[in-house]
Amino acid sequence: MSAAKKTRTNVKPKKTLDIKMIPIFVMGKRYEVPETLTIMKAMEYAGFKFIRGCGCRGGICGACATVYRKAGDYKLYAGLACQTVVEPNMYLTQMPFYPANRATYKYSDIGAGPEEIFKLYPELFRCVACNACTKVCPMGVEVMDMIALLKQGNIARAAELSFSCIQCGLCTSRCMGELPQYHIAQLARRIYGGKIAPRAKHLGEAVAAVREGKYDQCLSTLAGMDEKGLRKVYQEREMEPAMADEDWVPADTKFL
Amino acid sequence: MPYSSELKELIKVVERTRAERAARKKRGEEFPFMPLEEREDMLQYHPDYREEGRRALKVGPNKGYRIAHEIADLLEARSRVDPNLVDLSVVDMETDVLIIGGGGAGTAAAILAEEQGAQVIMATKLRHGDANTMMAEGGIQAATKIEKDSPCEHYLDAMGGGHFRCVPELIRTLVTEAPDVIQWLEELGVMFSKFPDGRLQSIHGAGTSRKRMHYCGDISGTEIMRTIRDEARNREKISVVEYAPAVELILNEHGDCAGALLYNLETEEYCIVKAKATILAAGGCGRLHIQGFMTTNHYGATADGLVLGYRAGVEVCLLHTVQYHPTGAVFPEQVEGLLITEKFRGAGANMVNVEGNQFVNEREPRDVESSACIRECLVRGMGVPTPTGRLGVWLDSPMIDILSGEGTVAREFPGKFILMNRHGIDISKEPMLVYPTLHYQNGGLKIDPLCATSVPGLYAAGEVTGGVHGENRLMGNSLLDVMVFGRIAGRNAAIYAREKAREGRLTLEHVRSYHRELEAAGMVTDMVAPMLLPDYTDPEVRKRQLTSHYVGTLR
Repeated sequence: MSAAKKTRTNVKPKKTLDIKMIPIFVMGKRYEVPETLTIMKAMEYAGFKFIRGCGCRGGICGACATVYRKAGDYKLYAGLACQTVVEPNMYLTQMPFYPANRATYKYSDIGAGPEEIFKLYPELFRCVACNACTKVCPMGVEVMDMIALLKQGNIARAAELSFSCIQCGLCTSRCMGELPQYHIAQLARRIYGGKIAPRAKHLGEAVAAVREGKYDQCLSTLAGMDEKGLRKVYQEREMEPAMADEDWVPADTKFL
Repeated sequence: MPYSSELKELIKVVERTRAERAARKKRGEEFPFMPLEEREDMLQYHPDYREEGRRALKVGPNKGYRIAHEIADLLEARSRVDPNLVDLSVVDMETDVLIIGGGGAGTAAAILAEEQGAQVIMATKLRHGDANTMMAEGGIQAATKIEKDSPCEHYLDAMGGGHFRCVPELIRTLVTEAPDVIQWLEELGVMFSKFPDGRLQSIHGAGTSRKRMHYCGDISGTEIMRTIRDEARNREKISVVEYAPAVELILNEHGDCAGALLYNLETEEYCIVKAKATILAAGGCGRLHIQGFMTTNHYGATADGLVLGYRAGVEVCLLHTVQYHPTGAVFPEQVEGLLITEKFRGAGANMVNVEGNQFVNEREPRDVESSACIRECLVRGMGVPTPTGRLGVWLDSPMIDILSGEGTVAREFPGKFILMNRHGIDISKEPMLVYPTLHYQNGGLKIDPLCATSVPGLYAAGEVTGGVHGENRLMGNSLLDVMVFGRIAGRNAAIYAREKAREGRLTLEHVRSYHRELEAAGMVTDMVAPMLLPDYTDPEVRKRQLTSHYVGTLR
């Protein structure tokens, strides 16, 4: 196992002395932080310990919405703290929570038409098309267009357009019409996914085959095998080629 | 940060071999898969196989079992609260089923328990949905195309990938429930990637013999999590308590689980929830940074559920292995540790060394693939150096556009495409720099196929449990695990609450007894557990925090 000893993997980046420090302002208060860090890591570097405002740390959970301005610039910027690199003299605050109205509904009772959305979210028609939602979206979702599509009754397109939504709430915080865009989009996606998009017929067949006990005997055989036997069967598996077409079928059908 | 000029030079080396590699792939010529013996030999480079990385537990039901120091530290720590300070006669909340954890398993459990008529409280450390489920990208396995696939093939793939250490009854449940889970999710409105006629798209994952990985773009976990969370929010009998991690299980005089002690992270109050049945669905341990590895895991992945279950007397199994995902980002620095989904490799992207050569088939099981990367970087000296002094190998994503048409990367991997673009990297044209990263807790609390633990009234599901994946989980089996076993746990906990739960005096005696066991083993420690949140405070800052005190992991 001598080679294993060499597998030291916790290689720490070499500390260099010339890390450039820059000032940032967290809720108006100045901190000096290394210029390469994300807002999240910079705040931790400064001594903050997150309870709220920190989640997956990978840009997908929507916990760390942050708004900021730059010195001498009237514009409001927004981003995810875990993804946005600090800039000198940025004035930032996190927005860990923003109140938004969410309609409760019984999924099995609603239909596939846009009137369901209009009924649950009548404020949809309060959109004044200012596009502040789209501008603030850290995921680049065309939020205003998505709302416009829903007004036209195009749930399918709205569902696709909002697919990257991480429900951080930034759109809602900027909305003049006071719409909870991300809740509306969630409803649209669920209606599309479960009630509009064509269903996968092969799913029912697979479920039925399991229920009918089609695989019971074969699974019991496998479960009863010792490791040696299992290894043999495992090694002999027929592999579906990587570039095979959808209609590929195996030559060996003993487990089918 | 875009690639530096040095890295851009190295990318040219990758580009030089790309056309030839893609052509081979199109012809169906694969870099040879390793036979089982070669795989086993390769694993000597895997971090799990470093004996100095683990130690034998000194207390509890698995005394003598060797696991990672970082987990052992927590299992051998004291409770966060002195049991004598807790007045168990004052119950703050009462329910049929208490679920600890608000990720995929917990949420699926909540929905199924509610369908059994149970009143449900879900206590979650952060927000509902803050969990590794949300971060799963690649997909969910299920044998749904029965003309070419079956639960038996799925069983074999998972068994072999897990080094033949999977618990047969658990894996049998996993593979036979799988098609039903996909159908359930489709019915709830999950937007799976489909062909125009509704047939589910499916691809290979590492270690699969059939293309059975179903997916929702490259944010499968997010799409599944947000959909079932939305459903749970519609259910009247489910109430969610956020920012309220459980810090101890509460038992009753019969030795049955009877609820938990919750801690309000914001007001620092403790509160007692009495429940007829309890489900531990508290997830994994990536944020323990085992052996100093970076991690793909959620901020809250601190092994809390293991600590709670173990202290209450539940055995752990297969916890000696943790999974290192072969492809965590090592560049740019801002995204270090970030998961680059295996779906890239399923779609044909090669793993390539500094000389532009393939060194392993991109679809070996994760532990083998990771070991090969580690060997390439640390033993063979074929790694690519990053500006922060790390090493990595190339994941050649532009190959995917060559194989499946221009625009495939942007369409099939929108999440990563947008994210890397923010840093000035176009992954449809430039490869990504990756290195193994701590990803998944293969083992955990022992359960039976009904998700029951050895403590009556205590159920467990998801990453906190062990046995389903043996010593190494295959891609797409974790989303499946949380859905299959979350649902089973929810259903069975509700049935137990209705039919079997016994009234009895509440007690934390098991915590006192655990403390006594620690003392008897001569363990003097100021560590407390569960950890709840990792600490990333700069050590220099910490030195100046004169009035906050660090007791183990507690600030």
